[in-house]
Amino acid sequence: MSKQVTIVVGWSPDRYGEAALARAVEEARLRSGRVVVVNATRGDALVDDRYADEEQLARLTAGLAESGLEVDVRRSMGADVGDQVLEVAGDVSADLVVIGLRRRTPVGKLLMGSVAQRILLGADCAVLAVKPPH
Amino acid sequence: MDNLSLLMDGFGSVLTPQNLLFACIGVLLGTFVGVLPGIGPAMAVALLLPVTYGLDPIGAFIMFAGIYYGGMYGGSTTSILLNTPGESASVMTALEGNLMARAGRASQALATAAIGSFIAGTIGTLLVVFFAPALASVAVEIGAPSYFALMVLAMIMVTSVLGGSPLRGFIALFLGLTIGLVGLDLNTGQPRLSFDQPLLADRIDVVVVAVGIFALGEALWVAAHLRRSPLHVIPVGRPWMDRTDLRRSWGPWLRGTAYGFPFGALPAGGAEIPTFLSYLTEKRIAKRKGVDEFGKGAIEGVAGPEAANNASAAGTFVPLLALGLPVTATSAVMLAALQGYGIEPGPGLMTDQPELVWALLASLLIGNALLLVLNLPLAPVWAKLLRIPRPQLYAGILFFAALGAYAANLQAFDLFLLVLLGLLGLAMRRFGLPVLPLVLGVILGPLMEFRLREAMAISGGEVSGLWSEPLAVVIYVVVAIAVVAPLVLRRVRPAPAAVAEELDIHTHDEEKVR
Repeated sequence: MSKQVTIVVGWSPDRYGEAALARAVEEARLRSGRVVVVNATRGDALVDDRYADEEQLARLTAGLAESGLEVDVRRSMGADVGDQVLEVAGDVSADLVVIGLRRRTPVGKLLMGSVAQRILLGADCAVLAVKPPH
Repeated sequence: MDNLSLLMDGFGSVLTPQNLLFACIGVLLGTFVGVLPGIGPAMAVALLLPVTYGLDPIGAFIMFAGIYYGGMYGGSTTSILLNTPGESASVMTALEGNLMARAGRASQALATAAIGSFIAGTIGTLLVVFFAPALASVAVEIGAPSYFALMVLAMIMVTSVLGGSPLRGFIALFLGLTIGLVGLDLNTGQPRLSFDQPLLADRIDVVVVAVGIFALGEALWVAAHLRRSPLHVIPVGRPWMDRTDLRRSWGPWLRGTAYGFPFGALPAGGAEIPTFLSYLTEKRIAKRKGVDEFGKGAIEGVAGPEAANNASAAGTFVPLLALGLPVTATSAVMLAALQGYGIEPGPGLMTDQPELVWALLASLLIGNALLLVLNLPLAPVWAKLLRIPRPQLYAGILFFAALGAYAANLQAFDLFLLVLLGLLGLAMRRFGLPVLPLVLGVILGPLMEFRLREAMAISGGEVSGLWSEPLAVVIYVVVAIAVVAPLVLRRVRPAPAAVAEELDIHTHDEEKVR
């Protein structure tokens, strides 16, 4: 058998991140692969709720430990969150990247940019975009 | 009371719908800028000074008062919610305030800070109303040698007593005095340090210095440390207090005011010492009462220091209005604003420009009240500001900085100076030099020189003329004590900064020094 399947998931401590993570865990079980969780921030604002604090990280690792999968959590800081996810995906030669998708108006996208788009266009592997349940 | 009726006249000229609108705008702008960490009230005032240019003096002052109190209030919000005190005066507020916020009592902490600021600010301003004219009428009699001595005292106090390192303080002070020297000698018309540049001979505008050092320096410093681990803001609802909080707060509010005002009013300046004293007192009283919650988020530890901070800020108006002596960065910038309107600061101010002075004092009271009304409900909105990414935020600040520097004289050359001063500001932050002595040196330097020349002219060039007045001698003795006492005290008792460190507080200042 060739190497183990690696699934990278762009995670943030909100419902989008949770949806993506749930799906990534599901996929990993299905294909008996491992999961690499990426929590990235641009680190250029004083407050970023999408960057997990210690408590949220602890909850994350506890939750993942229950799943019994091989898990790796990576946190990073850099100019572009999408690039950071892609970098990790390249590092571990990912087979699949899972991201949570938020609804965004065209104007909102113009102003804020889109991490999802960056990952979709830049990834070398398949990308699975998940929307949280309403 | 004579003073009270004059104050009422001040209210009369200030209380028009248009001026109230200016006050609202000032409070909102001031809070907006003040909430951002690393930006204290001094920088808020310097940055927003140009906004007031188009207005008549009274409109400008009322907006100004709003900006001032708004900036102070904004600082306490960030201290409490993020534990990043923007200036040394809010370090003590941050101690218990952040603990309260973590314990889910952010609303109460913000409320006691805001109401305490309001009460201390109001009492403080009323005390200014009574003390400043009395001091001014005495001060008119003071001769040039004593004046010179007073300025030496203010500089020594700010430089050696307040800062952590006297050496760094003096380096900053002399940098400031040097910048203040640039331009034509007012007595002889000789150009000094102007390098044959006619534009430099015109003196460097204080606004350009303040904006360059505060705003541009801070922006460059932030740009150099752009990415830092983000924090989590503590969710906050509408600030409110219940009866118990109120009962526990009013004592600290009043005691804090009592500590703060004298420290602000004496040319000892700074809110660092009174906030520290207030914190210690409240802690001791709480211990005696047996309800010591200090270390777990005691409301007294927010109410006292925050009141002391604001009372001291109000107190600085006494030397500013009565003597023309600024003792904090904020009042230094305010003095520059007065000068911008062609108003000569000094003991004559109260009698020459009564309308303006009383309008200013009335605006302070109004700004203070508006602050409470507008900002208490808006606290959650202000907390959202902290999510703005730094590049966008500082782009806005740089825009205002450039606008302000240019608007001062409409000279493109000032923008060049702004960049130079901004680099100086960056270097000062890099090497941990305090900014306040520099700004004080720039503003007080020329005034001091003027008094020195006057004193020398009276004595016919004899240096002994400098201590020919008894008051001057007394002040020099105080100066000597001020230099020696901290050295002694530091051996006996740890400095406030050391205590804060002991309590494991991560201040913005420390970050700056790194």
